[in-house]
Amino acid sequence: MNLPITLTINGHRHQLEVDPRLTLLDLLRERLDLTGTKKGCDRGQCGACTVLVDGRRVNSCLALALSHDGADILTIEGVAHGEELHPVQAAFIAHDGFQCGFCTPGQIMSTLGLIAEGQAGDDPERIREAMSGNLCRCAAYGGIVEAILEAQENMAKTDRRTAA
Amino acid sequence: MTLELSLNQQPAHSRQGSSIGQPLTRRDGFLKVTGAARYAADNHPAGMLYAVLAVSSIARGRVASLDIEAAKAYEGVVEVMTPQNRPALAVDPDAKHHPFMFRLDLLQNDKVRYANQTIAVVIAQTLEAATEGAALLSPRYEVQPARVGLDGAKSFVPAAVGVGNPAVQHKGDVAAGLDAAATRIEASYETPAQYHNAMEPHAIVAAWDGDRLSIDTPSQGLAMAQGRIAGLFGIAPDNIHIRSPFLGGGFGSKGMISGPQVLGVLAARLVGRPVKLVLRREQMYGPVGHRAPTRQTLRMGMDGEGKLTAIDHHARTASSTFDDFFEPAADASHSLYASPAIATSHEAVRLDTGTPLFMRAPGEATGSIALESAIDEAAEACGMDPLEFRLKNYAEVEPMTGKPFSSKALRECYAQAAKSFGWADRPVEPRLMRDAEGFLTGWGMGTATFPALMFQAEARAVLRSDGSGLMETGAQDMGQGAWTAFAQIAADGLGLDIDRVEFRAGSSDLPNAGIAGGSGHTATAGMAIHNAGAAVIARLADLATGDERSPLYGAGNAGVLARGGRLYRRDDENRSESYADILTRAGLKEVEGSGKSASDPASQEAYAMHAHGAVFAEVKVDPDFGQIRVTRLVGAFAAGRVINPRLVRSQYYGGMIWGVSFALHEEAITDRRSGRRHQINRLRVKQLEPDAHDQHSSRHQRPEPCARRRAARHAARRAA
Repeated sequence: MNLPITLTINGHRHQLEVDPRLTLLDLLRERLDLTGTKKGCDRGQCGACTVLVDGRRVNSCLALALSHDGADILTIEGVAHGEELHPVQAAFIAHDGFQCGFCTPGQIMSTLGLIAEGQAGDDPERIREAMSGNLCRCAAYGGIVEAILEAQENMAKTDRRTAA
Repeated sequence: MTLELSLNQQPAHSRQGSSIGQPLTRRDGFLKVTGAARYAADNHPAGMLYAVLAVSSIARGRVASLDIEAAKAYEGVVEVMTPQNRPALAVDPDAKHHPFMFRLDLLQNDKVRYANQTIAVVIAQTLEAATEGAALLSPRYEVQPARVGLDGAKSFVPAAVGVGNPAVQHKGDVAAGLDAAATRIEASYETPAQYHNAMEPHAIVAAWDGDRLSIDTPSQGLAMAQGRIAGLFGIAPDNIHIRSPFLGGGFGSKGMISGPQVLGVLAARLVGRPVKLVLRREQMYGPVGHRAPTRQTLRMGMDGEGKLTAIDHHARTASSTFDDFFEPAADASHSLYASPAIATSHEAVRLDTGTPLFMRAPGEATGSIALESAIDEAAEACGMDPLEFRLKNYAEVEPMTGKPFSSKALRECYAQAAKSFGWADRPVEPRLMRDAEGFLTGWGMGTATFPALMFQAEARAVLRSDGSGLMETGAQDMGQGAWTAFAQIAADGLGLDIDRVEFRAGSSDLPNAGIAGGSGHTATAGMAIHNAGAAVIARLADLATGDERSPLYGAGNAGVLARGGRLYRRDDENRSESYADILTRAGLKEVEGSGKSASDPASQEAYAMHAHGAVFAEVKVDPDFGQIRVTRLVGAFAAGRVINPRLVRSQYYGGMIWGVSFALHEEAITDRRSGRRHQINRLRVKQLEPDAHDQHSSRHQRPEPCARRRAARHAARRAA
């Protein structure tokens, strides 16, 4: 039995009928063709599926679509403005904060959440802790932390909460 | 729509001149940071169905029953594939004609030979329905006791280890060397089973059109995968098109096509519609390979000056009950330390597991953990510093074969890493250092080595009358940076600015680029690209130097240089002509050349070829709680010519962190009763920022124009 929900995804309103078992991740990937969000483990351990739900970092594989009726969701597809990359995206490229790229959308969404939370400052140790829910098997952790530090600095003059 | 083409249109990379050796950012970076890079499971052809594996919860026995009716009755389920209705194959999936052909579980019977083996495939309209259908199958089994652990079965000496290496080898008289030694050590080490666990689970989207097959699936070896599938289905390889523009990591597990990937093709065949099949994370502990466990014993003898008189390295490992892959761990002792006598030997047991496979440095990783640890024990027994002991036993020629090294700058790697690390201040005896907070502090170091392998590849190059170029080869990027490094080699090979080069890869309809494995892909495919560039430039030069109207007339092919889209006379660079002008005057829209690469048998015969490195680590242990922290990691590597230092840095860091993870984190624990793996998800690796240096010096110029970007191999020492 499918049930109706309304979601705002990357600024667009979607009225959907969903299977109650459908995860937010599978909704994005399999029904809305928003495949930038990745399924690495489907059990909340790897962070590749991270999206922002009402500005908060969420493992979309552990979120049921039905229980997010009315939510405002930002995925990796909604971060850049056309060809113009968000400072976090640009910093990930500049610092080679990835190799295979599969965890990268989740890393970037988690970074946006982290910066909006404003909890880590410029302390690499606290950034590592706050990013510990996002695994990178290629182990590009060094570049990721460098990228986050640089992006934060570049964004310092703007309002971080709106930047995400 | 080909995504690979758009790689050339994105301006996200910064240019710092051209081209080999420059730290360009990744050409695929824009696609990867925007979520636009399309991995296999991101594809969704019209009419596609979802396939979900039902896998065995036992490790040995047979499937007695499946409630197929219940699954088929579930709304949305289209079909259930079992041994009864699985489409026929042209060859037995248990046939094995060469060492690279691994036996596959493709529902050929009701036998279960490891946990997580596929016992049925449920195909449905939605992922949810297929998942529910798989659960409704409620399998019942006839269970036999699982054989687990390195002592779980009677051992034997395998016919070969690794790929065709003799299981037992020796030089000199080890017994005499040990007898004559002033100091001897003997030590045993165990390494656990480990799983590749690339972030991207194995996935396939398969669609049949008559006898033609279209596939999206991650592959480290497109041509091999194409050949294997063609053989299984009895169709021509050319009928199969595999796209693998991006792999979400491979580490060896996507080198050969796996059983579940072929099951996706079978499912599509059965229902006559496109099918997507993605492994669940827990389903990766079985059918897609792993690093086999080892138990290794080393005996070493040293003379009064600390020089090795003998090395005896024995390894016990495990393979599956039905196929052969034997981790060549003891072979690590062939190439690192000088000794007049060396013996290496292997034995193995057969266990009820999936077949182990190549996993990031098979043999080197497991073997060097044991060898390097034993070398530390030997140094301590001789009262010597671990680095001093290694230098004392430095191999000037390859110890096992006596061949000279094509290049070896390990001494320089030791020196550079030791200096960066501050090794000179280290006290020799263990447990002497504590930090300000009272944590026990240990310093250790290890040697990295990996053979410089080269396979075979082909590439095709085109120069066009608009002044642009095209390079094609079916190369695979698992994250090591093929899209970028090969485009750099292509740009130099074509004498073009990199922004004028279109580079196509990651597709089986392109020239065979060989396998992305064995740290040989950049050297292999890069050489083919280089040669294809040279071939097309030679044709272009032919046109110009034979044409009286060209300023290059009479220069001869060897008398011109290609640079920035122009040919120049070598003896007078004031005389030049653009590619566009040469082709336009000749009335040609384009000119084409092809190139091949393969290792040179003469230099293989004459030289031992290895990359080398050294890694130094600082480890702190909380004496009260036993918590371990790796606080510093410094590496220096002599890895050959570097195509792109930015990418290579990431490979060094990644390899070093894999070493930390090997030593401290990764262990697949088997439930001895059921034969199942306990923890199903062990992805975590230490978040650590190591420091790596490039050591470029080499004494013999290698006969290859290409770099090998390679993972660091290294042993992590015991903490404190």
